[in-house]
Amino acid sequence: MAETKSHIGTQNKKGQTYTDPWKMMNEAPRKPSFYTGSEVIKEAIRRASCDVMIAYPITPQSEAAALIGELFAEGYIGDYFRGESEFAVMSQCAGAAFGGARVFTTTAGPGTMRAMENFPMWAGARLPIQMIVTCRGINSPLSIQPDTLEIAYLLNTGMLVWHAETAQDFFDWILKGYMVSEEPDVHLPLALCCDGFFVTHTKDVVNLTPTEMCLPPYDPYRSPVPCMDMECPPVRMMRDPFVMKSNYISYATHASWQQEVWAAVERSRKHTIHWLDGLIDTENADAEVMIVASGTAVSQGREAIRLLEDEGVRCGLVKVKSLRPWPGEEIREATKNAKHIFVPEFNVTGWLAKEIKATIPNSERVHAGPHVCGGMTMPPEIIVSEIKTALGLRSESLAGRGS
Amino acid sequence: MIKKRLNIRMSGLGGQGAVTAAHVMAMAANRDGKFSISNPFFGAEKRMAPAESYCRIGIERIYDRGELVFPDVIEVFHPQVITMGKSYTMPFYSGIKEGGIVIINSAQNLLSEEDVQRLKDLNVAVFYIAGTELAIEVAGTELSTNMTMIGSVAGITKCVSMEALDGALQERFGKKFVASGGTASLDEAIKKKFAKKEMLLQKNLATVKRAYEIASEWAEKNKIELKVGNPAVAA
Repeated sequence: MAETKSHIGTQNKKGQTYTDPWKMMNEAPRKPSFYTGSEVIKEAIRRASCDVMIAYPITPQSEAAALIGELFAEGYIGDYFRGESEFAVMSQCAGAAFGGARVFTTTAGPGTMRAMENFPMWAGARLPIQMIVTCRGINSPLSIQPDTLEIAYLLNTGMLVWHAETAQDFFDWILKGYMVSEEPDVHLPLALCCDGFFVTHTKDVVNLTPTEMCLPPYDPYRSPVPCMDMECPPVRMMRDPFVMKSNYISYATHASWQQEVWAAVERSRKHTIHWLDGLIDTENADAEVMIVASGTAVSQGREAIRLLEDEGVRCGLVKVKSLRPWPGEEIREATKNAKHIFVPEFNVTGWLAKEIKATIPNSERVHAGPHVCGGMTMPPEIIVSEIKTALGLRSESLAGRGS
Repeated sequence: MIKKRLNIRMSGLGGQGAVTAAHVMAMAANRDGKFSISNPFFGAEKRMAPAESYCRIGIERIYDRGELVFPDVIEVFHPQVITMGKSYTMPFYSGIKEGGIVIINSAQNLLSEEDVQRLKDLNVAVFYIAGTELAIEVAGTELSTNMTMIGSVAGITKCVSMEALDGALQERFGKKFVASGGTASLDEAIKKKFAKKEMLLQKNLATVKRAYEIASEWAEKNKIELKVGNPAVAA
């Protein structure tokens, strides 16, 4: 039977009032604050009623992890500690979530890659852990600068994957993320990604909800799978696991469970649309030239649209907020009038352009670019130049850095 | 020239406070009712290694992020940025816009004839200020060099007010600020240089003011005008 006791209106030990999440996010007064992205992560977690945060230092998420340590010292988080490595951290997150805790962690680049084995495990175990991914270069030679290649690896783990454009997105989506993740018909982990430095280390105006309000605590009894008593785990699972079998039933069990995980990703669609006000945002959707992007590339696209407007070129924008669930139908609809679709990306392979090409009819309309990678910045001028070149317009040569 | 946006690139060395300078400038602009963002770019955190930060101030919402490839103003915090090429690109002024300004912390001329000519062709004005010496003179420590760079750009462009800078400095140094282990220990190092926190704020503000006056005077004398518009008028 569902639990009927509500925490709403009561206070936690810090004197914050557990507030109806919809009211807190949509109706409560907001205070403009001038913060870095890392400080904004701290402020969101202050209001998130988190039970456990596990940290491991890696640029550019180290500041956020350190700041959440401050929150723990202030008494806002149940438990906080540093793991031995990213792999250990993600395994420890799983342990805490198995035990019924609301869990938060942050990682970046090589750390994400190192911990990769855990992510399909989290999804398979239906653990609604939230992980902030502050994207950075993953390949050798080493780079600590923004590069979104790691997101491509997360797309098929069974996690929900969102890509924030700004610190404001971050603040709102951390809190809303738990609401989507913890729905009984979803109950999946969320990788909330941003481009490192561009969001984490940038000071910008962010509108914050009152500190006196926080999310209601996680209720593990809403989980679709039983939460585990980690001191006394179910014997059958530990001593007689499916992995030891090689028969049709074990294959069928795995297959149906994988299908169930992806069905849960699909079921998250309605909740994500509800909380994020759609999986995409659009501007000038009737334009013949469109930019479709996620993360910081959206911001650079916005600046490019202003520059193009000054030159009499009308350009539209699709901001892809959720990558999993994938907004296929929304993108098809938003780009139906477009003759040219540009997909600026901060990575070398152009994974977003590939996803879009696989989604829309007449995919030759997609120009996969411009691309920057390895930590480079994407000045809006190069997006303008790419668009003007494709349209056959004269484009000034750019004499920037490295030219 | 009055612009919709002023893009400031600060090229310094790790430990000099270039990141803090950009943050303080952006915080001040925000206090003045302008739109602003700041962000740093650096490699592994290491003293004396190249470190850059960027401050964008404008009259409409700013989306642009990351390295400033086409700046209006370049501030050189340390002579080694030029003399030892401790810049992300060579020459350090690549990408500067026509009519821009270069501000260099040095008592001596550091530019080659070729550099001087190229900047002249772009109508770029060059302002030298002996910032480190000024910091030692006014604040008693070279750690306040970044304050002279804040004062210089503010004095020339008037992109932020002195009142707003005062407020931004108090916001940044008046309370406990933890960004990372590195930043926290640097903050502690600065605080140890001053008997009291109030003294730190007072001396830093005095350093900003002095640089502001020197730079302001230079801009007037040389008829340099590079300003950012007023958001209220734009709206």
